[in-house]
Amino acid sequence: MTELATPQYKPVQETGEIFDLTRFGEYLQFTVVAPGIAEAYRPGQFVAVAVGGADTSMLLRRSFALYGVKPGGDYAGTIQFVIAAKGKGTRWLFDRRPGDSLDLVGPLGVPFPVPRNGTPAVLVGGGYGTAPLLPMAELLIAADSEVEMIIGAATADRLFGQLPAKRLLGKITVTTDDGSAGQRGWVTDPLPSAIERLGAEIVYACGPMGMLRAVGEVAKAHAIPAQVAVEESMACGIGVCMTCVLPVRGSDGVSRFVRSCVEGPVFDAGRIRWADVGSVPADLFGADGN
Amino acid sequence: MRTTQPTVDLRTSLASVQLANPVLTASGCAAAGKELGQFFDVADLGGIVTKSIMMRPRSGRATPRMAETPSGMLNSIGLQGPGIDSFIANDLKWLKDNGARTVVSIAGHNTDEFVNLAKRLYNQPIDLLEVNISCPNVESRGQVFACDPLAASRVISAVRRAANPNVPIFAKLTPDVTDIAAIARSVADAGADGISLINTLLGMVIDLDTLRPALGGITGGLSGPAIRPVAVRCVWQVHQAVPHLPLLGMGGIKTGRDALEFILAGACAVSVGTAVFHDPTAPMRIIGELRDELALRGFASLTDAVGFAHKSAAEQDGYFAGLARADAAAIAGER
Repeated sequence: MTELATPQYKPVQETGEIFDLTRFGEYLQFTVVAPGIAEAYRPGQFVAVAVGGADTSMLLRRSFALYGVKPGGDYAGTIQFVIAAKGKGTRWLFDRRPGDSLDLVGPLGVPFPVPRNGTPAVLVGGGYGTAPLLPMAELLIAADSEVEMIIGAATADRLFGQLPAKRLLGKITVTTDDGSAGQRGWVTDPLPSAIERLGAEIVYACGPMGMLRAVGEVAKAHAIPAQVAVEESMACGIGVCMTCVLPVRGSDGVSRFVRSCVEGPVFDAGRIRWADVGSVPADLFGADGN
Repeated sequence: MRTTQPTVDLRTSLASVQLANPVLTASGCAAAGKELGQFFDVADLGGIVTKSIMMRPRSGRATPRMAETPSGMLNSIGLQGPGIDSFIANDLKWLKDNGARTVVSIAGHNTDEFVNLAKRLYNQPIDLLEVNISCPNVESRGQVFACDPLAASRVISAVRRAANPNVPIFAKLTPDVTDIAAIARSVADAGADGISLINTLLGMVIDLDTLRPALGGITGGLSGPAIRPVAVRCVWQVHQAVPHLPLLGMGGIKTGRDALEFILAGACAVSVGTAVFHDPTAPMRIIGELRDELALRGFASLTDAVGFAHKSAAEQDGYFAGLARADAAAIAGER
């Protein structure tokens, strides 16, 4: 935690052709030919995509969790990611068509840690935060782990991944805030019973910050770790701009501002100082350097 | 205009420092080089300018620290950094081990801190010191030394006395002043070996959802192509004010064409900043593009183009006529 996490592979920059686009409710799923990124990818990592074309006024890349990859075989490797149209950059991406090219940098960030074989795990996804959990579920199942999955969103059309999750696991739990699909309520409502039923030893989660914090609290109450992939706005995605920092407690007990892009996006929820996000706590390393 | 020149000599110098090519990174946009080293060999750049370092570790400001703006961005990082000791032990060592030309940017709360940083770096393997007296992301704007000619010259003369005499020092100036030429003259008189232009402009964005300032630090530094005309203007004015001083130009450089504008305005070398966030390999791409742009216009070397826009049309014609005569003589000699 105190040192720059060393990725297993170097990220690459490549121009990828959009192979397929699929609409799911409010989301758009991209499949892009990007063999260099596909080759090195691990679940939990993300990709940074340039938006707006060559003469754009939008300088900053948009980062998306990788939903999965198909490594090269008879054809070049492809990567998948899911986006929601939030601002003008993502709206530009919504207007892309198969055959168009995208400028990509990836895979970026620290992947989800993989437990020893057979570790029972609960996966919790909020909105399109479910995307990176599906390949993680696959990986866990391949390692003989029992897996349960809870996916939630504010409304039914903001759910992502119900079908592939059901295919993978047979049965999943769905929640929506307004009850338009599954149980009415938050993803954390069915989480305690899922942990107890399974005898889960770890929780994985991706979604909005408030949800991740709540998942972390439930896991802590059950004395198990939660590994969460955070969504912080990033200018570069590669660790040079210092914009995406979070206050995180290191293994030495000292809290530091660490970069979500290279020291994350996956963190142990118990190490993030959720209440201090957006401020500079007085005991943060270097806080008195002002 | 002459026909295409096959090769252009890209070598340049910043005071006594010889560079293989004129493209560096900009402070705060490349950390200490390690991350960009994943995408290209940092030794192939003109140099790496490291993020401004202070004496003590510094957390920097609260998030959000960034807002995208038209052809630019605002940042309010607040000089987050590990402090000089960790920097020397880790970052500087890595840069040396990887053969990078290293420009170390230093920042301080007061003159003493700048002096102490210069002393700590006295025997370290650095090529140049960039004295950041213009960071807008400090608690008090009154601390922006480069807004006041007297304060700026005090810092620079103290650093010049404390630093290793073999290491040139460059003062980094802000465009947020009434008369940047006056500030440039004051730091030149104080012993600066060159000047870096420009730092970010102070800016602000209001979040229309929260109806509050978008940045944790309220105001931030504006960078990117949006500020390029301001930067080119500053380089032009400072080159006129202190024509003998080498200038390192920066501000919104995204392509070789952009870099050439700075060279023609009077910069001996350029730094690529925000473009790195968009394209990690931008500095390497810009070296090639700049070479092509110079060749296309018939320049024999980069140094011939430095400040070329200040020449009269007759002087410019004289340069190209001279090159043509030299070419003709060479061809005659081959016969």
